Amino acid sequence: MSAKEKKELPSQGRKAWETCVDGLPERPQKFMTVSSVPIKALYTPDDVPGLDYQRDLGYPGFYPYTRGVQPNMYRGRLWTMRQFAGFATAKESNERYKYLLSQGQTGLSVAFDMPTIMGYDSDHPRAFGEVGRVGVAIDSLEDMETLFSGIPLDKITTSMTINAPAAVLWCMYIATAEKQGIPSHKLGGTIQNDILKEYIAQKSWIFPPEPSMRLITDIFAFSGQHVPRWNTVSISGYHIREAGSTAVQELAFTLADGFAYVEAGINAGIDVDSFAPRLSFFFNAHIDFFEEIAKYRAARRIWARRMKEKYGAKDERSLLLRFHTQTAGCSLTAQQPENNIVRTAYEALAAVLGGTQSLHTNSMDEVLALPSEKAVLIALRTQQIIAEETGAIYTIDPLAGSYFVEALTDQMEAEAEKYFERIEQLGGVLPAIDQGFFQQEIADAAYRYQLEIEQKERIIVGVNDYVIEEPRQLDLLKIDPQIEEEQIKRLRVLRAKRDNAVCGSRLETLRRAAGTRENLIPYILECVRAYVTEGEVIQVLRDVFGEYKEKPIF
Amino acid sequence: MQQKIIEGIINGDRRMVARAISLIEDEASEKETILSAIFPYTGKAYCLGITGAPGAGKSSLVDQLLVLLRRQGLRVGVIAVDPTSPFTGGAILGDRIRMQEHALDKAVFIRSMGTRGNLGGLSRATKDVIQILDAFGKDVVIIETVGVGQSEVDIIKYADTTVVVLTPASGDSVQTIKAGIMEIADVFVVNKADLPGADRTVSEISMMLDLGGKKRAWRPPIVRTITLDGSGVGELHRALLDHREYLTSSGRLEKAREDRVRRDIVDLIEYKVKSTIWRQVSGSAEFELLVSRIMSRETDPYAAAVQILRSINLNGLSP
Amino acid sequence: MREEKKIRVLVAKPGLDGHDRGAKVVARALRDAGMEVVYTGLHQTAEQVVEAAIQEDVDIIGLSILSGAHLTIFPRVCQLLRENNAEDIIVMGGGTIPDEDIEELISKGFARALFTPGATSAEIVGWIRKVTAEN
Ligand SMILES: Nc1nc2c(ncn2[C@@H]2O[C@H](COP(=O)(O)OP(=O)(O)OP(=O)(O)O)[C@@H](O)[C@H]2O)c(=O)[nH]1
Ligand SMILES: [Mg+2]
Repeated sequence: MSAKEKKELPSQGRKAWETCVDGLPERPQKFMTVSSVPIKALYTPDDVPGLDYQRDLGYPGFYPYTRGVQPNMYRGRLWTMRQFAGFATAKESNERYKYLLSQGQTGLSVAFDMPTIMGYDSDHPRAFGEVGRVGVAIDSLEDMETLFSGIPLDKITTSMTINAPAAVLWCMYIATAEKQGIPSHKLGGTIQNDILKEYIAQKSWIFPPEPSMRLITDIFAFSGQHVPRWNTVSISGYHIREAGSTAVQELAFTLADGFAYVEAGINAGIDVDSFAPRLSFFFNAHIDFFEEIAKYRAARRIWARRMKEKYGAKDERSLLLRFHTQTAGCSLTAQQPENNIVRTAYEALAAVLGGTQSLHTNSMDEVLALPSEKAVLIALRTQQIIAEETGAIYTIDPLAGSYFVEALTDQMEAEAEKYFERIEQLGGVLPAIDQGFFQQEIADAAYRYQLEIEQKERIIVGVNDYVIEEPRQLDLLKIDPQIEEEQIKRLRVLRAKRDNAVCGSRLETLRRAAGTRENLIPYILECVRAYVTEGEVIQVLRDVFGEYKEKPIF
Repeated sequence: MQQKIIEGIINGDRRMVARAISLIEDEASEKETILSAIFPYTGKAYCLGITGAPGAGKSSLVDQLLVLLRRQGLRVGVIAVDPTSPFTGGAILGDRIRMQEHALDKAVFIRSMGTRGNLGGLSRATKDVIQILDAFGKDVVIIETVGVGQSEVDIIKYADTTVVVLTPASGDSVQTIKAGIMEIADVFVVNKADLPGADRTVSEISMMLDLGGKKRAWRPPIVRTITLDGSGVGELHRALLDHREYLTSSGRLEKAREDRVRRDIVDLIEYKVKSTIWRQVSGSAEFELLVSRIMSRETDPYAAAVQILRSINLNGLSP
Repeated sequence: MREEKKIRVLVAKPGLDGHDRGAKVVARALRDAGMEVVYTGLHQTAEQVVEAAIQEDVDIIGLSILSGAHLTIFPRVCQLLRENNAEDIIVMGGGTIPDEDIEELISKGFARALFTPGATSAEIVGWIRKVTAEN
């Protein structure tokens, strides 16, 4: 073969293929990702022309961490299988936690009920009908003590899904440890504490953005000094995605939130390397396999580059994007719910191939109610099957080098950068929230997705095709309405027996401090130590900070 | 039913008030009877208009004003207008979100309306709904217009006092707001005064007022507000009272209301004549024939109009 | 020049959960079908919902509930409507509601229709047009 022929062969090959393919009929379907991104029939080296291995991918555990944050990934340690759970009352949850720990689990993940999440005590009129329903009801330190009674808090790590009132619940946790004789610097765990995504997507806010951000930087500062092993924010794309965003929007908005926290910390005068290593992420694993994997890879690369280049982080750990993943609740269907097991399995596999640090797999019945025992077990087994049987995890980042996956990864990064620019033009994340930018982008994507389903441009098995007549649904877990009354009774007894004078004066001190720029965590800690309730602390802060009202965006 | 609604309005039954408003919005046949019947009970409410660009904080201000007015024991009605989609005729009415804290206050009545094709920043029904709320016993009726650009100034036809809300936000600088909306203000509010640039906006408005040159009997005061914590709202309230006092003592309130009556009558006549003519003409064979003759250039629109008018019978002016 | 009567719908998110994706998609679909949708925002009490429905004179109240509190909220809303002589306002809902709870709510008259995930906006629009025409 002459040199000339050699050079021309590939392009001839491509042309020949294109002509050939052009003549072949395609199914009428639209070939697009779950985020409506069109996908080509074939990806080749032409789609990743500038790919520089060292610069763009590198080695696992090394900059820019595209291939993973640990050098040996799952060969060293599996991801944490962290199933999120919360039950009615502190006492019942405590029993469940102890059982889980006796089975070798080392991490707990607490789900709170809606009144706790919104800062209302169980006896508040707004709590009516919701106490203990979607998680555990915690009103005061007493409940927190019960929740962890007999569980040594220096031996486990605890993840708490709590946002607007995170400071209060965190203080209760610290105070519970004190009662166990454990100093705060020995505590490890995570609070979600990501208020930005609440305004953007999940809508469990209490205060306006400015004071909310101040509480978060107060937590950064306090944690840096007293609770150094704590993950202070779990920057969450999960809920952005569940609200209907595309994969790129999830990626871009979540990272933008992350950078906003970094800037808030820096502007509050805290050294970036003292808090950035404690930031972690929480992503969704939706059903579009390759798009999701590309999303996680792009996320790691963007974070590392920006943290290093823009925010001047020096500590390697500040550059690592560590993340938890949950499979997509919004991809599950109420119809033929057993199919959800299959969906969840693919999603979990994408998360693992994308290099997640921990994973929650949804239960098949989650669309309908709190998960039943059996469904939870299957969900956990799904992860174990991936880990033990599939062999998919023996080598690190196995899809690297795929023309398709690398092209998608690049494309996601580029699209995310465009969003960062637009957000910047709007003046940053908070002004963009105020102008409804994120909310509008998400609402549009959600509406488009719904229309695609209704017009059958997108098929969801069992929903708009492959439909069958179904008998009644699975056995579902029910919460006893009695629980609400009992919790309220306990709360009344507590209010009667605690030293109300001390409570009152500590609340007043907190109120005064809230009007200044002082760090509020020590004041909140003082309150909860005296058994001031969550609702009472939040009410004082509400008085001072005001309450957020959403801008209606459709 | 009609009678029940009329009595309901006068006796303060909010369900009947709500019903009446719908009938008016839908241009139902009961409309005129109801409005005539309640007319003797109207004339007491003071009417406050709030207008400004989209997102300026109009609803938030209404919410805050409600707090103050209620503290004084005043009964308040709110009409909040949002745009109707010209394509579908549908609308999402979201102003209420910011006022929902007052939902359970029986002395406050909030009604959201779509513009339903009307262009002036209000809905056609607004004027009549004010009457209903007036007869219902509201001391103050607040009207929030749609987020307006420049030409939607219908509000001054109905409001005794018009508040124009501006913000320091970039791109919203006073120069960019057309004179139209600036001229209708009895009071200026610079809301979102917590954001940078508020001082500049205030001085821009002030300069613009000075530029007007002519001596004004009433120079619109400029009030800064932050609805997030309510600051400045007390001052706004005082400015509103001052303006009302000015209108009353100068006799302008009386005069304006008289003008309004004049205009109302003219509007009603126009409307009735128009609709009567239209009912006889639209779709009629004669009309269609004329259209085709104009198309083939056998006659012209001017001659056709005269011909049609000759055949119109206005005696049966329908209600 | 009587216009056709506009259908007015109150879309409400009672309770504390903030998952408004469904409520917003439905609101938008109803608007696109030419209806007037009053949106009261998140975190509403049953009392606020009912009072807004009365003042706004809506034909339909649509409640979106994903927190599992449907068995308390629907009966409460219906009770308040009765107390205010407003039972003629039709209550419908959507969200994640198990079949047996749907049966219970419908059979006891606490809701006229409940749409679960998978229902299309065309179904919801069609249903609303039908029942408001009957009323
Ligand atoms: N920073 C700041 N934001 C405010 C203030 N007042 C209102 N806002 C915000 O401005 C946005 C719009 O407020 P609205 O009261 O709905 O404004 P509006 O003029 O009624 O809006 P439309 O009815 O949609 O035209 C919301 O996000 C408010 O939180 C303020 O004083 N300061
Ligand atoms: Mg408004």
